[in-house]
Amino acid sequence: MLDYVKLLILGLVALCAAIAASYARDMVYMVHMILVMVTAAGLFIWQLRRTGEPVVPVPTHEYMDGPVRAAAIATAFWGCVGFLVGVVIAFQLAFPQLNFEWTQGYGNFGRLRPLHTSAVIFAFGGNALLAASFYIVQRTSAARMWGGGLTWFVFWGYQFFIVLAATGYVLGGTQGLEYAEPEWYVDLWLTIVWVAFLAVFLGTLLKRKEPHIYVANWFLLSFIVTVAMLHVVNNLAVPVSIFGSRSVSVMSGVQSAMTQWWYGHNAVGFFLTAGFLGMMYYFIPKQAERPVYSYKLSIIHFWALIFLYIWAGPHHLHYTALPDWASTLGMVFSVVLWMPSWGGMINGLMTLSGAWDKLRTDPILRMMVTSVAFYGMSTFEGPMMSIRAVNSLSHYTDWTIGHVHSGALGWNGMITFGMLYYLFPKLWNRERLYSLRLVSWHYWLATIGIVLYAASMWVTGIMEGLMWREVDAQGFLVNSFADTVEAKFPMYVVRGLGGTLFLTGALIMVYNLWMTVTRGPAKAAAPAAAAPAE
Amino acid sequence: MEDSYTIMRVFAGSWGGVFLFASFVAVILFALRPGSRKVHRDTANIPFRHDDKPAADDNAAPAQIKEARQ
Repeated sequence: MLDYVKLLILGLVALCAAIAASYARDMVYMVHMILVMVTAAGLFIWQLRRTGEPVVPVPTHEYMDGPVRAAAIATAFWGCVGFLVGVVIAFQLAFPQLNFEWTQGYGNFGRLRPLHTSAVIFAFGGNALLAASFYIVQRTSAARMWGGGLTWFVFWGYQFFIVLAATGYVLGGTQGLEYAEPEWYVDLWLTIVWVAFLAVFLGTLLKRKEPHIYVANWFLLSFIVTVAMLHVVNNLAVPVSIFGSRSVSVMSGVQSAMTQWWYGHNAVGFFLTAGFLGMMYYFIPKQAERPVYSYKLSIIHFWALIFLYIWAGPHHLHYTALPDWASTLGMVFSVVLWMPSWGGMINGLMTLSGAWDKLRTDPILRMMVTSVAFYGMSTFEGPMMSIRAVNSLSHYTDWTIGHVHSGALGWNGMITFGMLYYLFPKLWNRERLYSLRLVSWHYWLATIGIVLYAASMWVTGIMEGLMWREVDAQGFLVNSFADTVEAKFPMYVVRGLGGTLFLTGALIMVYNLWMTVTRGPAKAAAPAAAAPAE
Repeated sequence: MEDSYTIMRVFAGSWGGVFLFASFVAVILFALRPGSRKVHRDTANIPFRHDDKPAADDNAAPAQIKEARQ
């Protein structure tokens, strides 16, 4: 019966998308509706071939690792795509000739920049979070995923969201909100996928066999719930036409700006911090083979983070139309946030107490520890930059870009690489990784790449800020904007090189993981409780 | 519209703030309560159980702690 309902829905979706594509008012909408139509029609045929076939019983005494495998592969794939686009746009800034005439309107910096940010945050980071959520919630609940095939729907639905968002950016479909660029119907689709994500996660937690909910799940759950709230509120909009991609935001002016940065900063706080802290609290204890340093501290870390982060957004709007009390509030909460962040960092690092020697022999653990160190560094830098006086120098300069990348490449990137190196041998039942030497190569390439990136952006950002505010004895500005652009050239080249190193490391990782799956020796029959890849 | 904003703003800045802060302190105190150490040690060891298979349906709460610190 359910099969026929699915067929009916898929057929209707394909039909409606075909009608919508023919009435489309703009190209973005038409391309997206054709994509929806083709996907729905393909799924219709796939579903039709399965309908009426004998049902294969689902194994209930096994974990559902298929979606974890798929999300792990997608993480590596989208990571390389996102890093590659990042390298391209870094060199486009250094050498504007790379904005080729024949790519104008599709492949120039303005179109590729949101493609890069969304590819690394939502495609690479999002898939890493899907893999981590599905893996961790099953292991720490001692229960199989709830909801049967719904987990697969979450995975494929999310990939479809990524494809819609990416094609939209290149074709110019954007509502102009940073990190929330996708248009209204893409937002609606993500909302449906996200509700399903929440359902499978909560459902698995509810049928857990452990009496307590492990702390990693608290972080992951807060990430899912808060992102749902942020996404819905920031994307409240009225479509101009049901057959067009344009929409008008419900909020305007300073309210819109405040809502956007409430969203934007909590995307950092809950997507890139809380979710990845969930990873940290599971994979670092597993790789170090010892429980987290202080479980009490992890609880305090969680609640302090939750209570504080949501207020920090207004620090993006110093010296704007936003009332001073609001931006001061954001600044104060950002500075207070330093404490739980460092509490969490210390908790992660001290998990290794008594096992520091493993850092010499285990490059995966080294990667995870480096990521926590970068977490500490960027959560020190962030509160500092949120102080109004510092912000007057740093805002609108490349210092901000450097800060974001020390967090994103250092903290999110490195912990994700560590997770992938841990997961691949486990998920494909391999004895160990193909090569630890290649992991070391990846580690050093990535680390040197981040250092080049962050250092060049500090120099160029502070230089730029000082040049902008420099006035002569008569009170006239000394430098024009083009003067700063010219002065930044060497640092832009260094930044591009740093990105190239980071991308090379990621490609080495993909090769290593590929060889682990295809050539690695299979694990012996009776595996130990926690066999790390050493 | 303007009035409802002002009322909400005053409430959020006074009783709302007090409520949030009190809940935060209560959560911290609950985490630090006497006797929580045993629960927390058990919970912290969850990742070292059931690595390869879900728990069987009959034994609902496995009590044994695998001490990973050696």
